[in-house]
Amino acid sequence: MTSKIELDYLDQLEAEAIYIMREVAGQFERPALLFSGGKDSITLVRLAQKAFAPAKIPFTLVHVDTGHNFEEAIKYRDQLVEKIGAKLVVRYVEDTIKAKGLQEPTGKNASRNWLQTFTLLDTIEEFEFDACIGGARRDEEKARAKERIFSFRDEFGQWDPKRQRPELWNLFNGRIHKGENVRVFPISNWTELDVWSYIRRENIALPSIYFAHDRECILRDGRLLNNTPVIQPDANDQIVTRRVRFRTVGDMTCTAAVESDAATLDEVVAEITISRISERGETRIDDQQTEAAMEDRKKGGYF
Amino acid sequence: MDLLRFITAGSVDDGKSTLIGRLLFDTKNILADQMEAIEKASKSRNDGEIDLALLTDGLRSEREQGITIDVAYKYFQTPKRKFISIDAPGHIQYTRNMVTGASNADLAIILVDARQGVAEQTRRHSLIASMLGIPHVVVAVNKMDLVDYSEDRFLEIAQSYQELAKKLQIKDLTIVPVSALNGDNVAEASPNMTWYTGETMLSVLEKVNVLSDQNLTDGRFSVQYVVRPQTDEYHDYRGYAGRIQSGTFRKGDRITVYPSELTSSIEKIELGGKEVEEAFASQSVTVLLSSDIDISRGDLIVTSDNAQPILSQDLETLICWMDDRKELKVGSKFNLQHGTSRTRCSVRSIEYRVDINTYEKIEEVEGLKLNDVARVVLRTASPIAYDPYLKNRANGAAILIDETSNVTVGACMVE
Repeated sequence: MTSKIELDYLDQLEAEAIYIMREVAGQFERPALLFSGGKDSITLVRLAQKAFAPAKIPFTLVHVDTGHNFEEAIKYRDQLVEKIGAKLVVRYVEDTIKAKGLQEPTGKNASRNWLQTFTLLDTIEEFEFDACIGGARRDEEKARAKERIFSFRDEFGQWDPKRQRPELWNLFNGRIHKGENVRVFPISNWTELDVWSYIRRENIALPSIYFAHDRECILRDGRLLNNTPVIQPDANDQIVTRRVRFRTVGDMTCTAAVESDAATLDEVVAEITISRISERGETRIDDQQTEAAMEDRKKGGYF
Repeated sequence: MDLLRFITAGSVDDGKSTLIGRLLFDTKNILADQMEAIEKASKSRNDGEIDLALLTDGLRSEREQGITIDVAYKYFQTPKRKFISIDAPGHIQYTRNMVTGASNADLAIILVDARQGVAEQTRRHSLIASMLGIPHVVVAVNKMDLVDYSEDRFLEIAQSYQELAKKLQIKDLTIVPVSALNGDNVAEASPNMTWYTGETMLSVLEKVNVLSDQNLTDGRFSVQYVVRPQTDEYHDYRGYAGRIQSGTFRKGDRITVYPSELTSSIEKIELGGKEVEEAFASQSVTVLLSSDIDISRGDLIVTSDNAQPILSQDLETLICWMDDRKELKVGSKFNLQHGTSRTRCSVRSIEYRVDINTYEKIEEVEGLKLNDVARVVLRTASPIAYDPYLKNRANGAAILIDETSNVTVGACMVE
């Protein structure tokens, strides 16, 4: 066989992500993998499978369910868990709202997105998770571009951007005290296009909403939202049927669809390659509020 | 297509963030909505000129102060290569952040203001790049527009930088005259500096060969995790999971395990669950051995037929101290993380401190303060199998962790 010493960038990114996953398994006692049913966390699961093959993945999958998820994503989640024999923990934002008497945001573009933080922190406490692997990427958003791969959180789950631990070479410091935790982002250095290219290369199945389909949508301020009872249309909104796909899959209240005819992985990759608008800019309503929306959420313990 | 990681170092006013912004802009890697956000932010802050530096300043305090405090990562690509740009703060107060960014870089861009020439900060950034063993250094003599694109001025600066470089270990040096603001010699050759016949910044970044920087001979593999499926099908399976730090491992190779110095041979190598004949530096694999020997996380597997690492409890190191709350002193104790191993260590002596601006050695040092660089002798509780850092970056690096706060407080390069 010929010697192929030079690694393609996808091989390099994969090797790095697998290395990070194994550091989590090696350094922590109760690690979890935060699973949303979106493409980034699906990619994480594939990487974890590769990292620990032929053994099962040594992480509990944790899903924080806002109650506003796409049913296709939930169905996909349950099938995947069954197929790989992983342990799944689901906790509901609805339950946290009731138990804690939380105030639900109201008004136009109201979303439970921020409330997920409370459920997440409770779940971490309940199971004493010491590490939570997430699918955040640095190219997504400018506060994320500053975050470490092993991102330390204090006992209140808070991120302090001014006191991040220096992260040198590939030496990840996961030492913590009881009650603290580390958020770990193995695909920090991947871009949206890298994730899609990897999904195509590995031929990973995705929830159907990632591909073009006809859907009844609420047209609001130029964005297409899923027409669902959890979003209240107002007088300025229009109900339209369009051929769309979702570029990100999150809570329905803050995730917009994009008009598209891309029905296969090849077509999606081709579309993203030429796209001139960023993923979050096109589809996420939650980041548009202020220049530092994500930074503030992360300081409060968000993913 | 391969991947290049590069760091840009320069001070607050050198135009470092502007250069990154310019690279992204000229290679069409700024998306429409990002550009709109920058335009909006530029309007509310400055005189309305579009400030490309706003692309990399991610935190509120950075935007407020108009400076980069922490390392920011940006991703872009051209038809030739994928790039990860590491934007590190250049002020002396943030030396530890620059060291952090430099630790993973294949190439360093050091900005020099054409009006000021080689300055204190240039010396500092160059020392850090050299100390961290970054193989390629590109000096961008920026703001050429403000010196009338003068060739004489450029040559003068280039000559004084070459003098400085002689004192350091820089394997590959390129000096390019640019104007980041106007885009001269960034992605396109400058019509204002026809006297310059060298490569543009982008062209240097696209062409530099990083493969030859890796140590491809001495096999080093730090065990991260032992894979034991404990199922009927894989009853006796015992695989050692890790990332190859250097060299090549092949099926049948004789190996030595450190620190135990037990030997065995490679029965099988798996990559993502599939068997491969050989694997090389930077690949994450699982290795199965032909005999049952005691190996766990923290052990180092080495190919027996190549140069062996040094096994010792006494380490001569160059340390960059990163703690702003405590000083490093003789007798201080830490956790030392090297590869996947952790052991306690204590400071035997501080030989000297290096003035990172003048390169002078200062002896009789009491303690190290934040951002100090010094030669320190450490004694570890158990032996470490290492290679000198400048010979093998991956197996010569270590970090110091504070035993009570758990914070990473020092970067060590073993000599």
